[in-house]
Parts: sequence; C-alpha cells; structure tokens
Amino acid sequence: MSGAGGQVAVAAREVRRHFGALAAVDGVSLSVNHGEIFGLVGPDGAGKTTLMRMLAGVLRPDAGEIVLDGVDVLADPEAAKARLSYMPQRFGLYEDLSVDENIFFYAELFGVERKARKARAAELLEAAGMAPFRRRLAGALSGGMKQKLGLVCALIHTPTVLLLDEPTTGVDPVSRREFWGILYSLRESGVTILLSTAYMDEAERCSRLALMHEGRVHDCDTPARLKQAMPGVLFAVTAPDPRAVRAALEDAPGVLGALLMGDRVNLRADSAARAPELAARLHERGVAYGDIAQVEPGIEDVFVALTGAGAA
Amino acid sequence: MFERIRVMLMKEFLELKRDPWAIFRLVAPLVIQLFIYGYAATFTVNHVSTVVLDLDHSQASRDLVSHFPATGRFEIVDNVTDQRQLNRDIDTGTAVAGIIIHAEFERRLLNGQTAPLEVVVDGTNSNTALIALGYVSQIVTVFQADYANALRASSGAAPGTVSVSLQERPWFNAGLEDRWFFIPGVIGTLALMQVVSLTAFAVVREREMGTLEQIMVSPISRVEFILGKTVPFFIIGLVDVALVTGLGAVWFHVPFVGSPFVLLFGSSLFLLAAIGLGLLLSTASRTQQQAFALNFFLVNPFFILSGFAFPISAMPEALQWFTFINPLRYFIVILRAVFLKGVGFAVLWPDFLGLALLASIMLGVSVLRFQKSLD
Repeated sequence: MSGAGGQVAVAAREVRRHFGALAAVDGVSLSVNHGEIFGLVGPDGAGKTTLMRMLAGVLRPDAGEIVLDGVDVLADPEAAKARLSYMPQRFGLYEDLSVDENIFFYAELFGVERKARKARAAELLEAAGMAPFRRRLAGALSGGMKQKLGLVCALIHTPTVLLLDEPTTGVDPVSRREFWGILYSLRESGVTILLSTAYMDEAERCSRLALMHEGRVHDCDTPARLKQAMPGVLFAVTAPDPRAVRAALEDAPGVLGALLMGDRVNLRADSAARAPELAARLHERGVAYGDIAQVEPGIEDVFVALTGAGAA
Repeated sequence: MFERIRVMLMKEFLELKRDPWAIFRLVAPLVIQLFIYGYAATFTVNHVSTVVLDLDHSQASRDLVSHFPATGRFEIVDNVTDQRQLNRDIDTGTAVAGIIIHAEFERRLLNGQTAPLEVVVDGTNSNTALIALGYVSQIVTVFQADYANALRASSGAAPGTVSVSLQERPWFNAGLEDRWFFIPGVIGTLALMQVVSLTAFAVVREREMGTLEQIMVSPISRVEFILGKTVPFFIIGLVDVALVTGLGAVWFHVPFVGSPFVLLFGSSLFLLAAIGLGLLLSTASRTQQQAFALNFFLVNPFFILSGFAFPISAMPEALQWFTFINPLRYFIVILRAVFLKGVGFAVLWPDFLGLALLASIMLGVSVLRFQKSLD
C-alpha cells in the first residue's frame, strides 16, 4: 500500500487551526518524502502538537488540505488511520495490563492478524530491548520503557507513516539513544517518520527539519543546509561571566544576536572579520573572557536566527 | 505559618474564580437537593388515586363516596360498574385504592344493621396502603356520625346506631410487609447507581490516561468503541439484577409471582437507559472527580424522585413531571409489578415504552456527543 502518494508521504497545505482568538497553527505548508525522518522543531507552544493532531486526523483544521500516503485525511480520516500511527506526547497505555496485553489490544484494534502480530511483536520487542519484560504490567515500567512500549504498540499494525509528538520528552539519555536506534531501523524498512521535538540536539538527527514558531513554519531543509542558510557567522565566547559578555557585545556593531550557552555566549555577527573588533570591545569594557572562536552553528542558533525568536 | 495558610487560601479561591462551573458544582446540588427533599421526601399520603364501585346507587352510598375527595386525601379517578373493571384499575396502577359499596348498603343502614364497606388497596406500597387504610377508617367514622345526625334531623326519631363495617383488602401484599415493598425498589436503585457510575468512570478513565486519544487514531468506529465499552456493564448489570432478585426472593422471602422474562426485558431496557446516562455523564466530564461529583448530584434526585420510598402522587406537580425522565421510576413500577402483582406487558406497556424512549434518547444523544476527535 505504500507509495500510493508517489514521492510525498505527508503533504500539508495552508493548514490553519484557531482556539478562540489564538491561531495555534497559522497557515502551515510542508511536505515530507517517503523514507524521511522529518523533524518539527520548536519551543513549547509553537503549535507542534496541534499540527500533529491534525495530521493524524483527530483534530479538524479550520482550513487547509492534508494528504497522507495518498489519502485525503480530511475527506477520509478512517482510511488514513489504517496507514498512519500517531504517538502523542504521552502514549496511552493500559497500566493494569501487561506489556503483551497492551500490544494485543492495539493489534486487535487495528485488525492485525494473530500470526502477523506474534511475529511483529517479537521483532519489535527485541529491537526495543523489552523482550524480557513481556509479562510486566505497563504501570510498573520506567518512563523510557513506557515510551518504547508505546512505540511498539504504535508500530504493531505496520504503518507507512509514523507521527511522533515529542517522543523522548522526559526519557533518560540511554533510552533515548535506543529509541533513536529503533527509528533508524524503521526508516530502513521504509517507514516515513515525522516527529516533533523541543530538543535541538535531537533535531540534528533528522534528515530534514521544519522550524516552527508561533504557529508558522519558517524554514524547511536539511540540518546542514539550514546551518548554511543562517545569516552571518557564529562566534563562541567563553568567559567566567557570560552574562557580562552578552551585555557588552549584544548591541555592538555587526552583532545580530547573542545566545547564552552555559559557560559561553554564542554570538552571531555579520562577518568573520568582526572577531578582533569584538575582542577590543571586551578589553575596553574590562570584561574578562577566555577565547573568541568561530564555531559551527547548532540548530538552536539557526532556530533563533531564522525565526527571530527571543534569545533564550 | 499564618502567611502560608493565607497564601493557600488565596490560591484556592483564585482557582475557584478561574473555574466558572465551580460555583454551580458547589452550590447548585445542595440547593436543588434541599428542594427535592423538602417537597418530595414525604411520607404523607395525598391524592390517593381511587376507583369507586357503587353497587347500591343510593343517597347514602353517594353521600359516603363524597366524603372521600372532600378530605383531599383521596382523588377519585374512575367510577366503575363491575368488579372486573376495578381489578383492572388496580392492576394497571391507575388506582391505588378501590372502594366497593355493595347493594343494600342504604337499606341496612336504615334498618340499623351493619353495612359493609369493602376497601381494596394496592399493597405493593405497604406504607401508602397502611396510611390510606387509616384515612378510610377516619372517613368512615365521620360518615357514621354525619349520617346519624342527618337521620335524626330528617325524621326526628331517636338515633339508631349507624354502623359501617370496614373490610380491608390489601392486595398483592396481604400482610402489608414493608420488606415486600422495599426490596424490589432496592434492586433498581442499586443497579442504577452501579451501572451509571461504572460506565461514566470507565470512559473518563480512558480520557484521563490518554488511551482515548490512542483509540481515536485507530480505525475503530464510535459505535464499536461505545459498544465495547458498555456491553460489559450491561452484562454486569443483568447479573446484579438477577443476583439481588434471587436474594430478595430466597433470603427475604419476597414473593416473585410474575414472569422472569418480563423482568429480564424490563431490566434490559433499564440498563440501556442507565448506560446512556453514564455515557452522557462521561461526555460532560474531563476527569474522574468531575464524573464522580456529577454522578452523586444526579443519582440522588433520581432515587428520591423514583417512588422508591416516597409516593410520587404526593409530590408537587412540577416534580411529578420530572419523574417522567427518570428511568428508575419506570423500572421500580415494573419490578414491584413483576414481584408482587404478576402482571405482564399488557399492563406494564406504558412503563416499558417510557424506558425504551429514555434509553434511546440517552444513548442516541451520548453517541452523538461522543466525538471521535479532540475538538
């Protein structure tokens, strides 16, 4: 059934959704190709969850079009549901049921045949490292394991498109790495994955990203190209008091933005030639600093630069 | 310490202010229940619907009959000409009491003989029956005195004794055992409480746990989900009714003279209505606590306005109208009728119809309200 939509697995055109006066999603268009891991990056409140729910067919947009694997989601949400899997921030597990029983329930819900279910469940549980916990009650699992069980349940009917809403929020780093391992192998088996995240390091793992801010998608590209597209260059200034550095430099000529990053300040400037100028200004103001070096921008820098979001 | 208490209080009141329904939830149930108890929860028996069978057609019999509505305790709903019609009125519940004045009533009074007055009461509500019988004997005493005075005034003769002997016939519950009255009602009340809350909580729980959202993205249809969710409670409800009925009959020796089939049919309709009500509650609640509060608020009035303890006929008219949307009202009639009267569909059809209507409306509305989306 895959490939019915040609190259594009998920296409949204001018999708809008209001809640009262708030435009949660304000005219979003994006297109996700088959076999991509597509990231929707943005802070809390950017409209990621609302967009995900509309893509999954559980929330109706006020306007716009959504086509998922060749199926018009608005016209025929039930047909779309057979092809997709949607995992909300907190996957709903029956905590009084065991791991196996939860899988059984979701498999039956999607009409997965018994034989196929057994094989698929074994394979997925193995990949998730959960094979030894099949009889454990879902309520007794750790946060990371619950999320992995959610993923197993979401994948039991072999969807062609997987929608994940902040799947790793609140999950420990080890489980997170395993989780991503599963996602990569899913992509190899041809599943298209669209996930939202507020973690910038996670965004780097995606094949393409959409930067979402205040209900709009600003840019859509590979992480590398987004970094290239960032206007200006990035300096990292290490300092004992990064706040003082930011205060001294944020309105210096040529500085486009300053972002506090722990023990350093990431400074976006219009040209690499600004470095001596900036050092001189710090000397002049008597602000101590360790080093000014040009660095590769991270997704967070790109996000701030491209969306014009307030510096964190 | 004082500061912390103050800030807690401020927070609590702020939360209350933010929640426009809070005032309603906190105040309305109390006020409404006060009114319901105040008006409906009365053991006073008024407007006892009464059927009259006057076989004497005399001045004295008409005089006696006119004593009944005069007190406000009895309301004559039917005048019949033979015993068969009277029996039907009592069977169908059209009348709770029947007054039978036999031929020769006046002649016997005038001759100074004892004139029998037969009073039939529907004993299924033992309380109402007892009180009604008490009223009848008061009325008979007054009638004897009035009639004796009237005789004296018209004839000037020395007063002979005017004597009416009251023959009480409590039907369906000859001993006027209150247990026979209460136990069938308990069955309905327990089933209502059980099934409404189970259904409401079960659905709201899915919403709270986030599993509902998961189910929404699956291809299961709205009707399939609701059926899957409610059929277990329907079965539990039937088992409940069967169990309590069995206990009532075997342990408490309440006679079960009717047909189990009629009871099964009535229970099924009633449980459908109760499930519909539970589903409606669940669509109006986001959390289990809200469902619990709503459930408490609704079930109590349903209980009071069901005729379980307090006769509906004695309630103010506005509340009597309210009882028509109460599934328990119909089911209790059916339960008592099946247990004690042994009547069937021919007599109980209006109650079955009422239940069927309520069940389809409640289920229909809740299915429509239950959106398979998060809007």
